[in-house]
Amino acid sequence: MSNSTNIEQTEKQIAYQKIAKDGLWTNNPALVQVLGLCPLLAVSGTVVNGLGMGIATMAVLTGSNIAVSLIRNQITTAVRLPAFVMIIAALTTCVQLLMQAFAFELYEILGIFIPLIVTNCAIIGRAEAFASKNNVLSSALDGFLMGMGFLAVLVLLGAMREGLGQGTLFSNLDLLLGENFTDSKIILVNDYPNFLFAILPPGAFVGLGLLIAAKNIIDGKLKSLKDAKKGMILAGSKRVRTTGTIS
Amino acid sequence: MLEKSISKNSIILATFAFITAALIAITQMSTENAIERNKQKALEKALYELISKEQHDNQLLDDKLLLAAGTLSNRKARYAYFAFKDAEPYALILPASAPDGYGGEIQLIVGIYFNGKLAGVRIVPPHNETPGLGDGIEVKKSPWMLSFNGKSLQNPQPEKWAVKKDGGDFDQMTGATITPRAVINAVYKTLIYFEQNQANLLAQLYASQNQHLLQPSAE
Repeated sequence: MSNSTNIEQTEKQIAYQKIAKDGLWTNNPALVQVLGLCPLLAVSGTVVNGLGMGIATMAVLTGSNIAVSLIRNQITTAVRLPAFVMIIAALTTCVQLLMQAFAFELYEILGIFIPLIVTNCAIIGRAEAFASKNNVLSSALDGFLMGMGFLAVLVLLGAMREGLGQGTLFSNLDLLLGENFTDSKIILVNDYPNFLFAILPPGAFVGLGLLIAAKNIIDGKLKSLKDAKKGMILAGSKRVRTTGTIS
Repeated sequence: MLEKSISKNSIILATFAFITAALIAITQMSTENAIERNKQKALEKALYELISKEQHDNQLLDDKLLLAAGTLSNRKARYAYFAFKDAEPYALILPASAPDGYGGEIQLIVGIYFNGKLAGVRIVPPHNETPGLGDGIEVKKSPWMLSFNGKSLQNPQPEKWAVKKDGGDFDQMTGATITPRAVINAVYKTLIYFEQNQANLLAQLYASQNQHLLQPSAE
């Protein structure tokens, strides 16, 4: 009895681990699915913009995954997409209002891109591909971790562009976290001449390309490492068999 | 069969529309006050940037006059704010709009001292100018906007109210000409409007609050 629950638990754990790995790495919405490029390229100009946009997207993605998962048995296939869009649009509007209430200046910087979260394909993609088929807990986890994956790329890209473009990091952090963080700006290079290419959208494209390339390189390295390990075991097992026949 | 599924589906969708609308309504009601406060605070901050606290002794946000839509290219009615010092009119902050920015309309507030000199110009966010190029109109990103300080209709001469590329006195921004052109035009028009209407506007303000503390100063 306890044994079977144990097995169930480990199975669940493995499933959650897979969700986490999928969201953050193997199936990262920005680096692998390459979805939601519009906000990704447009607002990743600084770390703080990326962070704000990432948090907003993550909130919508988690919320929509939970809502979609809750109603997945009540909804007919014919109307599921309009219903999903309604959920996502409503949540986005709520996030937009909340941002105006609690991070007004950041909202003014991100501007039109907050309402545009509705059109982020990553969100409806997760609703359709995952939340409509899985229970609430896994869906929430999936939404959260996919959102984290997206956020991580936004922040990384923001850091690359802010560092290269303006020679600073974390400027304007006070807009997101309050006035205690007014001095958190890190100046990498004094009197840095702005590097326009990194600030403009083409810089974002190239930056994203570099990030995808880096991910592929790491994946390749990991794979060859794994293969090498497998090869060693294979060789070892052969040796065992050989000794076996001799004796 | 078909009718049944159609009615079932529409009921589901209608329920959804209702629930989501309710969700938005609740959020809207609970954030309404905070958003209004934030907007007011942002406005106050912007006004104080043009006319500092030492330069006036009245409540900037109270001595205001609604300018009808269409005035100074504004699409909506917007407020003008008056600064007084020792009961004398000191400066006027006029709302203006540059409808021909690169990314559409740019909303401005233009502070003008009653001696005809510019106290300063700021944009009212949000704007849609290109990041890294036209967004130099944000004071946070570039000091360009400060080049208006102290300018007036006579300084520079009217034909010099243009970017250097067009033979004027103002710098253009790196890679952006259309944005500064639009802003310079709008500021110039605002100065002309101020010259023609300042007495009228003051009279209107006094009329709207004649029992207020601030009476027109003795002639």
